[in-house]
Amino acid sequence: MPDLLLELFSEEIPARMQAKAVDDLRRMVTEKLVAEGLVYEGVKAFATPRRLALTVHGIPGRQPDLKEERRGPRVGGAEPAIQGFLKATGLSSISEAKIQTDPKKGDFYIALIEKPGRPAIDVIAEMLPVIIRTFPWPKSMRWGARSAKSGSLSWVRPLHAITATFGLETEDPDIVNFSVDGIEAGQTTYGHRFMAPAAISVRRFEDYEAKLKAAKVILDPQARKDIILEDAKQLAFAQGLELVEDQVLLDEVSGLVEWPVVMMGSFEKEYLAIPDEVIRATIRNNQKCFVVKDPKTGKLTNKFVLTANLEATDGGKTIVAGNERVIRPRLSDAKFFYETDLKTKLEDRLPKFEQIVFHEKLGTQAERIKRIEALAAEIAPLVGADVEKTKRAAHLAKADLLTEVVGEFPELQGLMGKYYALAQGEDASVAAASEEHWKPQGPADRVPTDPVSVAVALADKLDTLVGFWAIDEKPTGSKDPYALRRAALGVIRLIVENTLRLPIVKAAQVSIAGLLETGTQHPVVDSHKLPTDLLAFFADRLKVQLREQGARHDLVDAVFSLGGQDDLLLVVRRVEALGKFLETDDGKNLLAGTKRANNILGIEEKKDKRSFDGAPDAELYKLDEEKALAKAIDQVKSEASAAVAKEDFAAAMSAMAKLRPAVDAFFDKVKVNDDDAAVRENRLKLLNEIRAATRAVADFSKIEG
Amino acid sequence: MDALPDHMRPERSFQGFILALQRFWAEQGCVILQPYDMEMGAGTFHPATTLRALGPKPWNAAYVQPSRRPKDGRYGENPNRMQHYYQFQVIMKPSPPNLQDLYLKSLAAIGIDASVHDIRFVEDDWESPTLGAWGLGWECWCDGMEVSQFTYFQQVAGVECAPVAGELTYGLERLAMYVQGVDRVYDLNFNGREGADKVTYGDVFLQAEQEYSRHNFEYADTTMLFEQFRMAEEACKKYLAAGWRERSNAKEHLMALPAYDQCIKASHVFNLLDARGVISVTERQSYIGRVRDLAKACGEAWIHTETGRAA
Repeated sequence: MPDLLLELFSEEIPARMQAKAVDDLRRMVTEKLVAEGLVYEGVKAFATPRRLALTVHGIPGRQPDLKEERRGPRVGGAEPAIQGFLKATGLSSISEAKIQTDPKKGDFYIALIEKPGRPAIDVIAEMLPVIIRTFPWPKSMRWGARSAKSGSLSWVRPLHAITATFGLETEDPDIVNFSVDGIEAGQTTYGHRFMAPAAISVRRFEDYEAKLKAAKVILDPQARKDIILEDAKQLAFAQGLELVEDQVLLDEVSGLVEWPVVMMGSFEKEYLAIPDEVIRATIRNNQKCFVVKDPKTGKLTNKFVLTANLEATDGGKTIVAGNERVIRPRLSDAKFFYETDLKTKLEDRLPKFEQIVFHEKLGTQAERIKRIEALAAEIAPLVGADVEKTKRAAHLAKADLLTEVVGEFPELQGLMGKYYALAQGEDASVAAASEEHWKPQGPADRVPTDPVSVAVALADKLDTLVGFWAIDEKPTGSKDPYALRRAALGVIRLIVENTLRLPIVKAAQVSIAGLLETGTQHPVVDSHKLPTDLLAFFADRLKVQLREQGARHDLVDAVFSLGGQDDLLLVVRRVEALGKFLETDDGKNLLAGTKRANNILGIEEKKDKRSFDGAPDAELYKLDEEKALAKAIDQVKSEASAAVAKEDFAAAMSAMAKLRPAVDAFFDKVKVNDDDAAVRENRLKLLNEIRAATRAVADFSKIEG
Repeated sequence: MDALPDHMRPERSFQGFILALQRFWAEQGCVILQPYDMEMGAGTFHPATTLRALGPKPWNAAYVQPSRRPKDGRYGENPNRMQHYYQFQVIMKPSPPNLQDLYLKSLAAIGIDASVHDIRFVEDDWESPTLGAWGLGWECWCDGMEVSQFTYFQQVAGVECAPVAGELTYGLERLAMYVQGVDRVYDLNFNGREGADKVTYGDVFLQAEQEYSRHNFEYADTTMLFEQFRMAEEACKKYLAAGWRERSNAKEHLMALPAYDQCIKASHVFNLLDARGVISVTERQSYIGRVRDLAKACGEAWIHTETGRAA
């Protein structure tokens, strides 16, 4: 079966957009092919800085023929209806239609329409221009003389040529005939911009890829990455050094070259006095080069690895020298920034925060730091942190935002704070908190464990959450400009992974008090409802978190529904115990029994327009099963609440299990809606007791299934 | 080029370097303009770019524009940051299909040989909040150093570009430093002579950098500047309002250029105030917005002038 080759040759495509463009092209072409009945055997797509390419292997030469039956008007129906039917179906006379008998509705005309499949190449020639015109580039542009007219093509950068061929392996393929905004599809592409710029005529994917390679273009991004990584490692190894691998940088660099040529340069050793991270940020962000370390010490060396797009005629001497000349002043700046920063103590930077607004309704950064300090001091004893160290850490933690190095490399915030704190002789925990209090930044990030860092991290995140809640800037839908979901998840992970006991509502109240003190000029929206609102947000985040770990989110609801659950660690433990219990037969049956009790109660409460709260009257028990259930409930209640008091949720669940036989027997033998109204009421009260008893561990009515 | 005396060669002298670029772009059909006679932050502000980028009529021009960035002053102590430097600006409307090739040839004309230098087009989307303008393009790298900006204008002064113009901006000092092989801008050979006849970039500009840094950061009269901003803004609006005419069912404008001068003025005064640190973070946005409003109104006026409108 024939293959398709498509290449879209343009000016330089931004590196960060190439991978998604490859996926989009593959998806759009194959979805369209399949929708047209052209089921293919295989597909591959590629990108270089100057081209997107795609090959689809094994496409049928023609679409399958389609047969369709269309039902028409009644036999003997009105003439206009019959004429309309003939027109719609393309039949020349009604005698060509079949007649179908419907026992209820009588006889109908049926038209058999055969739609012959079209040659695949024609279908492809129609679909490709649409795909090109609707291609989802994150940003696209117009260019050239045609951009004077409306409706001109938009592409990521000017598109220069389209190669599109279709045909069998054994034959010369045909050009897929189409044009987009004046660019005719053909079979001419071009090689490397500098080393082989001449036109190349290509037939199909195999010779296309090979000819490109001969013209100094490596089509496959993965192949370019492999070359860069291997050559870079080899260059480092040859000098007894080790490459500092960097996947993100590798992805980017491979999208900047068609023919990677890896070389090593060096810089003056004096710059090694700068922290490694600063050297790396300088060389990586500004120059897109890799750094190299000494495997014995783990420290960086004065070498870097660059990836050029050229086999230079002088062997690369000029390129290496040029890159060294660029990196030198960059490092010189970085060194100057670092040394300048060291001259000012972190606390001496703080007054500047009084001029910097954190958020117009939440006061200045200085006010925020004060709040974090106070809240961290409250939290410290609860997480086993030294209060004085915690206060000091919170006091200094944000100071590095005002340093030169962080101004230049924002991604080094926190880390630089640690370096500067250590340099001015701060306690190791205090210094570490500068870096660690930002963590965890996302689901994959590490959670700090040092109690001082934990206290400051919690205070920082809670202040953010409470603050934005107070001014009613909560996340909505996909909008979360202040990353509040991430902050809440951070709090959850800090608490759960460090097994901390931190009552959220109380912490939120302390935080609100701080907000009122420092920012009294700004009203707090409903400060009484705020802690419970915030707790509900935590519940939502916890659900998402547990669902991602494969747990049932309805169990989280069942626990939060109990009310007063603001100890996230206990919530998680309860959910775990509940999950395990519900996997047992006892658990499943008890859940079924409780649900049944709930359903009956729900119906009867509605009927009588009242609830059946209050203790049942033992005198009104008529059957043994009632008495047994009442006894079991009493026993389970006291056992379960004792276990809950000891926070032993597994034991509480085992106690619950004892309820099951009595519940089963009750429903088996006892008719709830007794004719005697007093007995009926008493039995309903007993059912209510089941519900009450299970509430010692969870609200079973919220559990699904 | 063989007939060129040594002191005029682009790798020997800064002025030779500029002349080589001018000559190259003149050969591509550009009109070679002289710098605009007002203070501005970048060559893009020159009406030959900002206004001429608008409207359907073809326009190809190249020029040097002294660019003033008051905040970038370093009292002459930084090897390559200055509050005054030169940009070489090329604008071609519509953007020709071979603009990248032309750019690479221009590099060859100033002594950058693509067979030994690693030249790259690295994504850089350009946006000017004060001009209400944006475009897509690249930073052009030579051996890891950014040497030019390459932009396809999509919108300028709030007006869609139809057709799109291609804009090239060369940082002249930086490129010349690279070509001459010097690490400090003030060491650039300006006139290509040696010995007693040699004039360096420092001879021409070092004192100016020191004096203007002092002025920009310490002494610029902020009362006057605030007043100048207000006056420029008012004048711009006044000229714009006065320039509109009704003519045979179509509106036309007769004073877009003088109005735009006041927009340039306001923008530079704002930059000076910003360098003096007397504009707070929140005010900053509002000043930028005010300049942008002027620029947009000027763009709107321009496309109703003889040169700016269709046929």
